Amino acid sequence: MSIGQTFLGLLESGPRHGYDLKKTYDDRFGHARPLHYGQVYATLSRLLKDGLVELDGVEPGEGPERKRYAVTSAGVSDVESWLASAEKPEPYLQNTLYTKVILALLTGRSATDLLDVQRAEHLRLMRELTRRKAGGDLADNLICDHALFHLEADLRWLELTADRLDDLRRQVRA
Amino acid sequence: MTGQPLLEGDGLHKAFGPTKALDGASIAIRAGEIVAIMGPSGSGKSTLLHCLAGIVRPDSGHVRYQGAEISAMTDGERSALRRTQFGFVFQFGQLVPELTCLENIALPLRMEGVRRREAEARAAEWLDRLDLADVGRKRPGEVSGGQGQRVAVARALVTRPRAVFADEPTGALDSLNGERVMRLLTEAARETGAAVVLVTHEARVAGYSDREIVVRDGRTRDIAREMEEAL
Amino acid sequence: MSVGQGRGRGGASASRDVLLGMRFAFAGGRDGWTRTVLTAVGVGIGVALLLLAAAVPGALQARQERTDARSDLRLGEQIPAAADTMLVGQVDTSFRQTSVRGRLLHPEGPRAPIPPGLTAVPRPGEVVVSPALKDLLDSPDGRLFAPRLGGARVTGTIRQEGLSGPGELAFYRGVDALPADEATRLRTFGDDFSSEGLGTLLSVLVVIIIVVLLLPIAVFLGAAVRFGSESRDRRMAALRLIGADRRMTRLMAAGETMAGACLGLLVGGVLFLVGRQVAPMLSLWDISVYASDVRPSLPLVAVIVLAVPAMSVAVSVIALRGVAIEPLGVTRRATPPRRRLWWRLILPGIGLALLVPLVGGLPETMGGVAQYQVAAGAVLLLIGAVTVLPWVIELVVRPLRGGPVGWQLAVRRLQLDSAMSARLVNGIAVAVAGAIALQMLFAAAQKESTVQTRQDPSRAQAQIRTHDPASAGPIAARLRATPGVTRATETLVGGVSAEPPAGAAGRDPVFAVLQVGDCAALAEYADLGSCAGGDVFIARATPVDPAAQEAIRPGATVTVGEDGPRWKVPGDARQVPARKDPSGVYQDVVLATPGAVDADAVPRSIANTFVSVDPGDPDAMDRVRNVVAQLDPLGTVATLAASATVGRFDGIRRGLYVGVMVTLLLIGASMLVGTVEQLRDRRRLLAMLVAVGTRRSALSWSVLWQTFIPVMIGLVLAVVFGLGLGVALLRMVSVPVSIDWATVAISAGIGAAVVLLVTALSLPTLWRLTRPEGLRME
Repeated sequence: MSIGQTFLGLLESGPRHGYDLKKTYDDRFGHARPLHYGQVYATLSRLLKDGLVELDGVEPGEGPERKRYAVTSAGVSDVESWLASAEKPEPYLQNTLYTKVILALLTGRSATDLLDVQRAEHLRLMRELTRRKAGGDLADNLICDHALFHLEADLRWLELTADRLDDLRRQVRA
Repeated sequence: MTGQPLLEGDGLHKAFGPTKALDGASIAIRAGEIVAIMGPSGSGKSTLLHCLAGIVRPDSGHVRYQGAEISAMTDGERSALRRTQFGFVFQFGQLVPELTCLENIALPLRMEGVRRREAEARAAEWLDRLDLADVGRKRPGEVSGGQGQRVAVARALVTRPRAVFADEPTGALDSLNGERVMRLLTEAARETGAAVVLVTHEARVAGYSDREIVVRDGRTRDIAREMEEAL
Repeated sequence: MSVGQGRGRGGASASRDVLLGMRFAFAGGRDGWTRTVLTAVGVGIGVALLLLAAAVPGALQARQERTDARSDLRLGEQIPAAADTMLVGQVDTSFRQTSVRGRLLHPEGPRAPIPPGLTAVPRPGEVVVSPALKDLLDSPDGRLFAPRLGGARVTGTIRQEGLSGPGELAFYRGVDALPADEATRLRTFGDDFSSEGLGTLLSVLVVIIIVVLLLPIAVFLGAAVRFGSESRDRRMAALRLIGADRRMTRLMAAGETMAGACLGLLVGGVLFLVGRQVAPMLSLWDISVYASDVRPSLPLVAVIVLAVPAMSVAVSVIALRGVAIEPLGVTRRATPPRRRLWWRLILPGIGLALLVPLVGGLPETMGGVAQYQVAAGAVLLLIGAVTVLPWVIELVVRPLRGGPVGWQLAVRRLQLDSAMSARLVNGIAVAVAGAIALQMLFAAAQKESTVQTRQDPSRAQAQIRTHDPASAGPIAARLRATPGVTRATETLVGGVSAEPPAGAAGRDPVFAVLQVGDCAALAEYADLGSCAGGDVFIARATPVDPAAQEAIRPGATVTVGEDGPRWKVPGDARQVPARKDPSGVYQDVVLATPGAVDADAVPRSIANTFVSVDPGDPDAMDRVRNVVAQLDPLGTVATLAASATVGRFDGIRRGLYVGVMVTLLLIGASMLVGTVEQLRDRRRLLAMLVAVGTRRSALSWSVLWQTFIPVMIGLVLAVVFGLGLGVALLRMVSVPVSIDWATVAISAGIGAAVVLLVTALSLPTLWRLTRPEGLRME
């Protein structure tokens, strides 16, 4: 799961404390499954080690949650390339896609680019599946159809969401 | 598949009154490939297809078929082109309701002067191939939507066109019939070596293509190429 | 619009549905409006024609009343002169083929009657003329007519109540004396002789004419009301989907058509009023009508106003039943059922059954029942052409295959749905069938009433009779001096009588005509051989009458005139063979040159002049009339012709041609509208066909064939039915049957021309619709 990149994205708007990051993540992306504190520490340490975040200041007190983190330029470009690249298409990708879309919204990026890029990738797999169906038997067809429908569902949701966001942005701008 | 593209549109602009349907769209289609044109509704997909097929003249830009400039042709020449070199499948309403299905399929051949007997014999071959043998004598109003679209596909292919233009061919069909139609269309096109320009908003339909072009606000984007070039 | 309101439906909800339907007629943007307007125009034309037709009897009646009111024909003994009597001299003449009614008036007292249309009797030297005659006199042509008014001054115009129509040429001239034996004396103008009843043949003709002209109008109305029915059906289906029940859809359809029909009534009324004003400018066969004459009788108007919307509603509701309006299917999915023949033969069968018993011969005077029988029979037979037509079209079209693309498209369309085109073609079929039948009747009637007059216009073109001549010659001399006259011979006409010879059959005197004139004049009556002044001849006609030969012979003494002087026929009078004179008379004549007869024996009453004119001079005859009018106002000029037709037919025949032409044009217009409607309905298909690369020429041909095939079939049927009806009618009036193929060809030709015209006029719409941009309309 892309917790690390999510943190990076959240940090883009400004430095935050550890507990702040966890809270925001839980609210927006947790879906009633709050993050483990341990997970938070581990992710933040890794990010620090990779040079994607840096310490911004320390509050008096103990524990990493008291530390304030800021994103580095390396971190920003990491988020960029993550958002700009497509995910490997697979069923139950919604969470990731959902995350990406929300981030795009929060960081003021266009959702249509996301959509187009993802669509190209999805279609590559769908083409494979379609080819497989032509040569396969009934069982093959059933499985491929199943996958195809779910892939299409992803794309359709993405399309609809992109349209909604663009609509919203237009309204806000107007 | 190298060399000159079979059909290409270059910097196409087209406005209908105040609405700008195409705003610098470009596309190149090679012989035998199946290209899907996708995008939100109102983006100009159908207009792009109409320009490529020579149905509509763009306000500016070039459309070339095998190197020849389509937009420079007279109406009669473009009509002849559509009759002999191109095939068309629309979403609905394209079959002549008073002719039988067999006669509908034979129609493009008849229009080119083929004798009735021979034209209907060739049409009958397609009926068999598309598993429509008992539909020949019936009229379009008497057959189901799926059968009707398959008849339309047969009609599009009966003249062995170099390019087939399909505008939402499965839009009015259920999933199974839609799949049948797409499979038929793509298989037959590959057999005869025809290119297919496929306008659709459904990803599963685009799954039958070789690549896709996205049209947005009258402009085209070839994502696959962009990703290639980025590497 | 909730469905559950089914229970307590009353008049209120019904009228609401109807009103909703009426709203539909005007909704739907430009398309909806156009459709309603077209319906209104179609219905309007039909209504205007019906109103005009309903007004014809009234117009003729008004005319008849006026001519009756001024009639001055009196039979029997002349009444004695008094202070309230008027002497009227008849001086009718003609000016360039148009008749002119002329009267000389001499009041015999202060209370003499005034002719209708005049305020006072014109005094001698004054003349009152009709407005049309005044216009003529004011025009350059007036010079050719003015002399006939004897120099009288125009002092006024005849008002409407004294004229038969606005175009009539008429005058009343005042004179100071009229010979009583050549004039009519009357106390009042007008009589109540009803005009002669129409003879059998004429009655039948009139009835059929009415049927022939009205039936296509009815058919046309029926078609006009169904404009736009296809889109109406679709709308009804959509309404049914959202919960309207059958009753509601019927009411709404009724409302919609009623809107168009009522609008059509208005349009028709306006058109009628316009036509009314235009009527006086038309003058068919010498009959012109005043705008005020054109008044349809009120009951008929009421019938039309009520019947047209009622019929339109009935037609559309019946049409609704034909299409299975179930909510999800208005398209005729299944192949249409094969039509049945048997019920279509019922109506024409009844018609034939009504006519056949009359075939032996109609009763002399057309009684009421016989008239209705003929009318009903003819109507039903003509309607038969209409009901059988769709079946025949389907029969002919069903086996058709193949052919070029345009033909194939048209044939397939007809196979799928021939009802629509049949509807439109019906009118043509009825008009042409009726026209053929009528023409046959007319040709026969014309032959019957054309009389060979035995006159010989090659020897003279006019015969003039003048009164109280001083001598035989002045008229001829004046005429010879008139430009355009090539020859004129004049004789004084009288008679001689003699006692029958002893031994003859009866005791009645023997008569012979006496002609006194110069040699050239006398040569018209007999082969004279040589002739010199002073000669007398006796011309004998064969077979010879022995009593005349004996009683009137050279040397015999005869009485000149009724109780005139005795005169001895000179002994050296030669007997010569008589000759038919230019007016066709062939009889025994005593011919005498002026010197041979004593002055007191010369007859004085009438001079007879034969005149020949230059055929290249169109005004010569009018100049002749002018001269005669100046010399003897009461003199008559009669043109000679080899044959003469009893007048009515030419005019009526011309009227029929005009009527049929108008009807066919009308029907052509409705066919055009129908075709254009059809094209617009198939707009999307047409655009797709063009996108696929269909040649425009193929589409144009398909439109042509689609119109041509049903019309041709209709024409063939029309010819068959028309000939059949014509033969039946001829048999009925016991006239030998002869078929006028020229008329058949002409009528059919006109029908075909209508087809071509309709196709040509619908092509621009086709081209407009087949621009590929049409694909854009989703």
